[in-house]
Amino acid sequence: MKEHILSIVWLTPLVGMFILLLLPKENKQLIRIVANLAAFAGFLVSLPLVFWFDNSIADYQFVERVSWIPALGVEYYLGIDGISLLLIMLTTVVGFLSILSSWTAIEERVKEYYAFFLFLQAGMLGVFMALDLFLFYVFWEIMLVPMYFIIGIWGHARRLYAAIKFFLYTLAGSVLMLLAMLALYFKHAEQFGVYTFAIEDLMRTQIPLDMQIWLFWGFFIAFAIKVPMFPLHTWLPDAHTEAPTAGSVILAGVLLKMGLYGLVRFSIPLLPEAASDATTVQIIAVLSIIAIVYGALVSLMQKNWKKLIAYSSVSHLGFCTLGIIALNPNGIAGGILQGLNHGLSTPLLFLVIGIVYEQRHALEIADYGGLANRMPIYTTIFLISILASMGMPGLNGFIGEFTILRGAFERDVTWAAFAVLGIVLGAAYLLWLFQRTMLGPMTNPKNEKLRDLNLREICVMAPLVLWCFWIGLYPKQHFEVLEKPVARIVERVDPEYYSRNGIPNPLNEGVRAASLVQD
Amino acid sequence: MDPLFTWTDFFVLKPAILLSLFGCGILLTDFLLKQGRWNALTALVGEGFVAVALWQHCEDVAANGQRFALGGSMAVDGFSVFFNYIFVVSAILAIIIASRYMDDEKSNRGEFYGLMLFAQAGMTVMAQGYELVTLFIGLELMALSFYVMVGFLRNELRSNEAAMKYLILGALSSGFLAYGFSIFYGMSGSTNLAAIADAVAGREISDPVLLIALVTTSVGLFFKISVVPFHMWAPDVYEGAPTPITAYVSVASKAASFAMMMRIFLVPLVSVQELWMPLFGAVALLTMTLGNIAALTQNNLKRLLAYSSISHAGYILLGLAAGNETGLKGISLYILVYIFMNFGVFALISAMRREGHATEDIDDLNGLMHRHPGYAILMLVLLLSLAGIPPMAGFYGKYFIFLGLLEAGSYLLAIAGALYVAVSAYYYFRIVRAMFLIESLEPAVIAPGLGTKIALVASAVFTLLIGLYPEPFINMATGSILLSLR
Repeated sequence: MKEHILSIVWLTPLVGMFILLLLPKENKQLIRIVANLAAFAGFLVSLPLVFWFDNSIADYQFVERVSWIPALGVEYYLGIDGISLLLIMLTTVVGFLSILSSWTAIEERVKEYYAFFLFLQAGMLGVFMALDLFLFYVFWEIMLVPMYFIIGIWGHARRLYAAIKFFLYTLAGSVLMLLAMLALYFKHAEQFGVYTFAIEDLMRTQIPLDMQIWLFWGFFIAFAIKVPMFPLHTWLPDAHTEAPTAGSVILAGVLLKMGLYGLVRFSIPLLPEAASDATTVQIIAVLSIIAIVYGALVSLMQKNWKKLIAYSSVSHLGFCTLGIIALNPNGIAGGILQGLNHGLSTPLLFLVIGIVYEQRHALEIADYGGLANRMPIYTTIFLISILASMGMPGLNGFIGEFTILRGAFERDVTWAAFAVLGIVLGAAYLLWLFQRTMLGPMTNPKNEKLRDLNLREICVMAPLVLWCFWIGLYPKQHFEVLEKPVARIVERVDPEYYSRNGIPNPLNEGVRAASLVQD
Repeated sequence: MDPLFTWTDFFVLKPAILLSLFGCGILLTDFLLKQGRWNALTALVGEGFVAVALWQHCEDVAANGQRFALGGSMAVDGFSVFFNYIFVVSAILAIIIASRYMDDEKSNRGEFYGLMLFAQAGMTVMAQGYELVTLFIGLELMALSFYVMVGFLRNELRSNEAAMKYLILGALSSGFLAYGFSIFYGMSGSTNLAAIADAVAGREISDPVLLIALVTTSVGLFFKISVVPFHMWAPDVYEGAPTPITAYVSVASKAASFAMMMRIFLVPLVSVQELWMPLFGAVALLTMTLGNIAALTQNNLKRLLAYSSISHAGYILLGLAAGNETGLKGISLYILVYIFMNFGVFALISAMRREGHATEDIDDLNGLMHRHPGYAILMLVLLLSLAGIPPMAGFYGKYFIFLGLLEAGSYLLAIAGALYVAVSAYYYFRIVRAMFLIESLEPAVIAPGLGTKIALVASAVFTLLIGLYPEPFINMATGSILLSLR
């Protein structure tokens, strides 16, 4: 069981999908129950990972390695480290919750909806586990298809446009990644005479700097589109705005994290010299800063509630990429943790919108106002998610932003200054949104009939709120999980880092460095 | 003195002989059987015999390697066996789709199946020929059969028009080809490929005669594989021809022409690789550009697939432009998976009917998921494969082509080819959109016969199977390449 746990985790939703396909499509209630059970089972089987995971091991854990296509040297090679662990747990939790949240929101083509969702879930989990580039690519691509359908079938008015835009954008990026992958694979075979896609083997390849830089951008474009980074972000507002609530939740919660994950798992460790090249760092940092400030400014101007949150994602993920490209332990750990934080707070914000949308079918901010009068629980949860998102101390966003700022500050003071500007703007658009929708008198009579959260909706949101508080109040476990994998990345790009700064290297045996924020 | 016709000669020629015999047999028994489906069955039996003969070829190649016959004008090797199998599979698929389709069109006559087998006999000669005249005869046998089959729906204006266009342009291209061949003969005094190889190797690379021969031969073959700027016939012929024949032309005839092209360019012309590789690269780039961009706006499924097949020809040609082993492997694998994905889609199109008439617009597929979820999902698999999304079979063809280009250092071609994957996804997803995203009050009507159903399911299953476990198929493709590159 323990040696196949990863396969079990990603295959459970897939098995659920096949069971679902056997059910009659008229019996919607049964389909909902089975789909929710399958998603919950998916969460349950991922839970042992948390308990079995050993923080003291720097290497990949729960490794499964079987040859898949010997003619190409492709392997079915799974394994996780702390980064993957956090993202896998995020996926199983957010995936289950978004399926639970669709109970009443989806009335048409119910069976297809849940089938696509479970398929998507399997694909996303595979992405976070694959240690073979080829396998990673397969998961990465196949997961686009269910997302296309989720946006295209159950989305809002402009769904057809948004769906194909999402699909083509991501595909264009990933084919370039495919070329970079193949070039790396060929280069490795040339030097070692063995064809393989396993990342630790590919890491041994000696590649001249100019070629590394080309390959780096090949990978980078694919991941930057997914993140999405300015100026490749334009698919995101459309996809987010048009997707059904659960689609936006999973898109914001998990899909965007794949870009970050790709950067830290593949781009940077595979091509360390290109990643730490001064020009590369400058370009990515500037793009991140533009994303932070521009995303925030655009959010300030939005009249559409969902679009505002979509642009806020651009801004928040700018923080993550800024932290990662600082290439020091604080920056990278903060970037990943902030990715996780964004994966908790933004789904909350989308779920909150979904609840009023389901009743009112309106997304304009102007349509609402004064909801606090009628919906106290709803308003409280919305407030928590807004505070989490803007980085209020005591909630998760603060920890992430603070760690990123420390990393950025260490690298370059101006980066940190711009990032702080982003935080201020973030507080402005989020609090203003809260004020416009929740506070004041209720002017629109249509809102009189809105009801507060029911038990199911509270159950959907409560785990996310709790996780936000967990990270906000006691983030130690999260940093411990990230410590070793982050140190490995730093070791790749800057082997001298720890000795130069006199910090004990967490990778060295016997040295149990304290949590990064507490030193 | 050698006997005129030895056992080896018979062995090598057996597939072509069997096909011709069964073809003639169908013509003879047609007036007795009266029913189209019996003719289809006879043809299938013939394919069975051919498959057995090919299996013997396969065993022989494994034991003895390349074998020549008929004074060195025909060969049996891994290459010929691989392509012959491709022809058998596509002929079988075409026959089982045609049986119902031609019934519906009230044109289910024996000649049709006879011609299919004759065309296939031509193809086997193209794959096995080792001499210019033999290759030419094979090509003409195939082409003549196709001219008739394309125009087989006598009462349909489009079908007649298509046949006429195909005939005229086909004859023109044959003229080019014959001209190129005659120069090769003039240079070497022989029509045997090995002798020509020696003559070509003895010439300067800048020799204008060589260049003229090379260009005219290429032009003739470019027509047959429908690459830009010699692609104009394809959309009209694809649209006008009976759907099973459209599929057969787009897969088998193209595969045979590629086989002949590789025989000529990888045996006699391999020493002047530097001369034709850039030519093929440029043509492939133009082809992908035009094919993909023109397909974007098509509303007729058959025309859309015509342009898509033009762009696929561009990708396959890139394998030759890469000019290395990986590229050639890519060509073989690409053609192999292309049979399944293309035939599957055409099988579905052949089953689209409304009030007794064939319908073939994208809009006619609206709401297919609602009415026939099974067919919609099979189509999705095929379309994803055509677009080259892993883990479908179509991905692996592109995989090898791109890898080959990167190995050869043709980075720009690789990048262009990769980006066109995203462009092509747009038009394949227009079909997906119609099937899944658009709700239609008047849902698509699909009425496949048993044969069509089998063809559709088998194609989709193979597409998925090759995608999930490509190992044996990659090995097949590896065994098929002509190892004469430098």
